[in-house]
Amino acid sequence: MSGVHIAPPELQPASFEFTPESMALAKKHIAKYPEGRQQSAVMPLLDIAQRQHDNWVPQAAIRYIAELLGMPAIRVLEVASFYTMYNLAPVGTHFVQVCTTTPCWLRGSDKVLSACRKHLGVGPGETTPDGKFTVIEVECLGACVNAPMLQLGDDFYEDLDEESTGRILEALKRGETPRPGPQNGRLSSEPKGGATTLTTFNPAAPAAGSDD
Amino acid sequence: MLQDKDRIFTNLYGQQSWRLEAARKRGDWDNTKAIIEKGQDWIIEEMKKSGLRGRGGAGFPTGLKWSFMPKQSDGRPSYLVVNADEGEPGTCKDRDMMRHDPHKLVEGCLIAGFAMRAVAAYIYIRGEFYREAENLQGAIDEAYAAGLIGKNACGSGYDFDVFVHRGAGAYICGEETALIESLEGKKGQPRLKPPFPANMGVWGCPTTVNNVESIAVAPTILRRGGEWFAGIGRQNNTGTKVFCISGHVNNPCNVEEEMGIPLKELIEKHAGGVRGGWDNLLAVIPGGSSVPLLPKAICDDVLMDFDSLRAQRSGLGTAAVIVMDKSTDVVRAIARLSKFYKHESCGQCTPCREGTGWMWRVMERLVEGRAEKREIDMLLEVTTQVEGHTICALGDAAAWPIQGLIRHFRGEIERRIDAYHTGAPVLPAAAE
Repeated sequence: MSGVHIAPPELQPASFEFTPESMALAKKHIAKYPEGRQQSAVMPLLDIAQRQHDNWVPQAAIRYIAELLGMPAIRVLEVASFYTMYNLAPVGTHFVQVCTTTPCWLRGSDKVLSACRKHLGVGPGETTPDGKFTVIEVECLGACVNAPMLQLGDDFYEDLDEESTGRILEALKRGETPRPGPQNGRLSSEPKGGATTLTTFNPAAPAAGSDD
Repeated sequence: MLQDKDRIFTNLYGQQSWRLEAARKRGDWDNTKAIIEKGQDWIIEEMKKSGLRGRGGAGFPTGLKWSFMPKQSDGRPSYLVVNADEGEPGTCKDRDMMRHDPHKLVEGCLIAGFAMRAVAAYIYIRGEFYREAENLQGAIDEAYAAGLIGKNACGSGYDFDVFVHRGAGAYICGEETALIESLEGKKGQPRLKPPFPANMGVWGCPTTVNNVESIAVAPTILRRGGEWFAGIGRQNNTGTKVFCISGHVNNPCNVEEEMGIPLKELIEKHAGGVRGGWDNLLAVIPGGSSVPLLPKAICDDVLMDFDSLRAQRSGLGTAAVIVMDKSTDVVRAIARLSKFYKHESCGQCTPCREGTGWMWRVMERLVEGRAEKREIDMLLEVTTQVEGHTICALGDAAAWPIQGLIRHFRGEIERRIDAYHTGAPVLPAAAE
């Protein structure tokens, strides 16, 4: 794995601990694994720490998790630096992850990146001066039939073009939360304009959204 | 063409609710107890009869894989691990199954877990699929509350747990032993085999790792019978398959079709055809980024199954069809995949760690034509030095797309080199 960036000492908090809510969640995760195998919970615990701490994991959290799970801190750091989803340095409030792998590139991910440049003034790997937006290029996010796409927080924004990307970014600037999912009127991964299958299947099941 | 009545994923697009009540109306969890009561041997025999081959890419017979698990415990528990770390570029089928039809997977876990005498299933889902993991966990919670899993699952007397483990961004964890390492709380670096997971898997216990689709189709196969599934598709390539069609088609989509459907029919019937018409087709990567691309001439009549694509020196892989029309800078399209593999190499084996970076750098020069023609054969030679010389198949996966490019588009690479040397460099065209 490449390009690990750890925040410099002046940005590192001296200590870290879970809030009671985080701790309750952490215990739930630890309980999923067999007795004595609590190290397996290191990934969920890093995620909990990151969510608690402005979307990045400080070194103090690495030491804290190591102690909690009874493992050497270097093993926790190894995990935290191996997986790309753990940020070891601060990122913008809105973390814009643009997929540029071949299926997205074929459908115009270059234009999604240029929309980011146009509306935010930053390119991949950069953060806006106000700290509101960080844009990065990521590898395949697994939504290839809805390409091009980007991830914002926990949500996918799919079937993008330059215009819809701009609309999403401008909405974020205004403090709104744009609606995730396909931006071109599709429900999900069916062909645009209507499914070619599952047209005769009609059990009396509730429609999507009725209880989700 | 497959009829709707023979489709397994009847809520693939999320037109209906994913929750238990709706899932039951679609036929999930319908007397699961009766399936369990038929016993482990019956289930495995029926799976073998169905001819189901693993849907994660390698195509290993699923029933046979289950039969490798120990029938008598030596004191260690056995585990089922579901590979939901979907990340092969072009592939997005497991995502739909988990967000729209998660009960198929949860029920499949119980049945497969019972068949291999496992105490629990761990579903390893890629970290980026946060919403999908939410639905999956929601389905698991519903199943526990309804007594379908947990103690005395479905009233069968069998105890079985299902857990979700979220990954955190590493393609390599789709490799089964890397996934096991990751589940143990370590870096996802593949293990040498043997020992195979069926003997020594997660936490040193017997483990079987199966793809989401392989597990999610099991309940339907067992309800309708192995022969029903085996009657769809072609010999050794049976059943239905969810295809992902991306790239330069009019309507990119996921669709469940019959194995062995002609590639052209698949694209024209469901994806609205190639942009600009079939004659505007340049090439197709038929099975996810790891498999060699096929030029149009082969695409004209190739069938979409394991053996047909293998005969064309490519593969079905994950059945992710990436379509490229004639506007595509095909060298750049493959160079981007080389960058992907360089980024995703775990760094454990030297040929892969060094080779993926080396191959990518040469590919970048080939995009511009800034190379000598003899370097094409040198690159080909290096791909064979990476291929087969690493612990896992990531090295192979990095080598094959380049081999496919050179096999079918050597002329295009040479044309660029000529153009570069005559002072008219070929600038990479926009993809779109």
